[in-house]
Amino acid sequence: MNASVEPAAVTATPARPAKRRKALPKPLAFCARLCRERPLGAVGALICLLLLFTGVFADLIAPQGYNAINPIDRLKAPSAEYWFGTDQLGRDIFARIVHGARLSVIVAFAATTLSIVISALLGILSGYFGGRLDMFIQRLVDGWMCFPDLILLIVAVAVLGPGTWQIIVILGLLFGISGSRIVRGAVLSARQNVYVHAAQSMGASSTRILWHHILPNVMAPLIVLYTTRLAAVILAESGLSFLGLGIPPPSPSWGGMLSLDGRSYMFQAPWLAIIPGIALTVVVFGINMFGDALRDMLDPRMRGGSGRYLARVKRAIGV
Amino acid sequence: MGAYVLRRLLALIPTLVIASIIVFGVVRLVPGDVLDLMLSENAYSSNAPEDRAQLEKALGMDKPLYMQYLHWAGNAVRGDLGESLWRNTPVTEEIGARLGVTLELGILALLIALIIALPVGIFSAIRQETLGDNLGRSFSILALAIPNFWLGTLVVILPALWWGWSPPTEMTPFFEDPIENLKTFLVPSLILGTSLSAVIMRMTRTMMLEVLRQDYIRTAWAKGLRERSVVLVHAVKNAMIPVITLVGILVPILFGGTVIIEQIFRLPGLGQLLLEAVSTRDYPIITGVFLVTGVVVMLVNLIVDLCYGYLDPKVRFDR
Repeated sequence: MNASVEPAAVTATPARPAKRRKALPKPLAFCARLCRERPLGAVGALICLLLLFTGVFADLIAPQGYNAINPIDRLKAPSAEYWFGTDQLGRDIFARIVHGARLSVIVAFAATTLSIVISALLGILSGYFGGRLDMFIQRLVDGWMCFPDLILLIVAVAVLGPGTWQIIVILGLLFGISGSRIVRGAVLSARQNVYVHAAQSMGASSTRILWHHILPNVMAPLIVLYTTRLAAVILAESGLSFLGLGIPPPSPSWGGMLSLDGRSYMFQAPWLAIIPGIALTVVVFGINMFGDALRDMLDPRMRGGSGRYLARVKRAIGV
Repeated sequence: MGAYVLRRLLALIPTLVIASIIVFGVVRLVPGDVLDLMLSENAYSSNAPEDRAQLEKALGMDKPLYMQYLHWAGNAVRGDLGESLWRNTPVTEEIGARLGVTLELGILALLIALIIALPVGIFSAIRQETLGDNLGRSFSILALAIPNFWLGTLVVILPALWWGWSPPTEMTPFFEDPIENLKTFLVPSLILGTSLSAVIMRMTRTMMLEVLRQDYIRTAWAKGLRERSVVLVHAVKNAMIPVITLVGILVPILFGGTVIIEQIFRLPGLGQLLLEAVSTRDYPIITGVFLVTGVVVMLVNLIVDLCYGYLDPKVRFDR
């Protein structure tokens, strides 16, 4: 009985290192794993790539630009000539969707990057140095998080005025501050590692410890945070533009295309209401699916298991 | 429990102070703007310095910033949020007239969300990996990706095109005719509730799955209890605790949703007041609405915390 178990154990041991992967595997191996384990996540990744591609090559895909007015072809239904139809000014909806993708990509990546930098700085400061500074930052974050996101955004736009860079700064700040909680949590747990204590007792500088020991531990939650924030930023920007407080026309923001100003035309031309919404939904769906898959693969701790209820509730909805 | 309630109440005070500083600070970032605007609107003789000084004094803007804050906060505590810049009505009156609509919309939406989410979430968990579970999960994935303003726009436009039906926009006060009033609120709160239900459904399912795996549930099965009593009496009770916390976290999101839905269905709520104020740059109203939403969110979170402490005795003695 024992003899038959032993060889199996021996053969299993050398096989294991090949199967085990590092926290951040090589791109190709990662793609293969994504397709195998999380097909929906792979679909999401594909949608994200398509969005990026459309955003980068918008000028090649729709060379006439987003604001080419053609009064003869007002409110034309989708056809071979105008794939997605035209709006009340005779502008090609397809071209506007394509250029809207570019706008979404710019706003989403700029605002999300800003927010992640703010989250990381605040979270690391608060979590690593602790003490009074932590107390102070956390009370500020508490106060800040009392306010509904959209209300904060509206007030901030009222103060700064609408415009692309204003929206990027406001969204970056908003999500940056609320995201710092997640980074702080990760830093607090990373700080407990024995090797951090060892480094501290050997007299390593704070910069060295942060850079070599804390940051690598915070990387996975940061990447996951990045993807969830991308979707949130796109939704928030389109919501603001829908209310007429986001990126001002004629810029082709998807939310702005759905805004109330165009409502009366939508009864004559329902594609005006349908197509930008589909674009938004598909993109948010794609990012959500890709983000979920990334979270499960990179940071198993965030998937659930045993932990405190509240922390998990918050993570589950990305607060 | 008494000590716990007291501790929670005391913890509210610093948050409230910081939140009020945030409100004051954000809106005061551009004090010059208000003056310029009032000077140009009110036919004061072309920006004469003495007029400016006079107006500054009338608005209390000549004092140092911290004095202005103390003055404002002192009045706010006594329920005086100043007067609307253009209409000369007290801000509290304006807000009081609108708060009811927003609260009704929010509460109805939350109820609808819970009515949809809890049964489906529980069902999904006890019939994991069946057709019903997959349908429920697909619904929540979809509902998470569809922006509520798009859903609202479609509900206004498509039925009007297909059946000539459009949701009622006339608002009847609740106490005059509750049925008519609820009819107006039905469609808006259904839309808001559906988009909220996705998150609650997800959370309920995860929590139920976790609870169903615990030992005491196995014991309940082993005792020979019927499925109904295992699920409803033993499991749901414990799974509900984090879901209640989730409701607290969703309230700010709900608030944001009401702003958008009020705009689509022309409901005269706080969101509409805020947007009107933003377009006329009526800063006292903006400040007032901003503060009130923050305070409402804080109070709801307090209630949630208290419920949480009541349901889960561990929390009362923690920290």
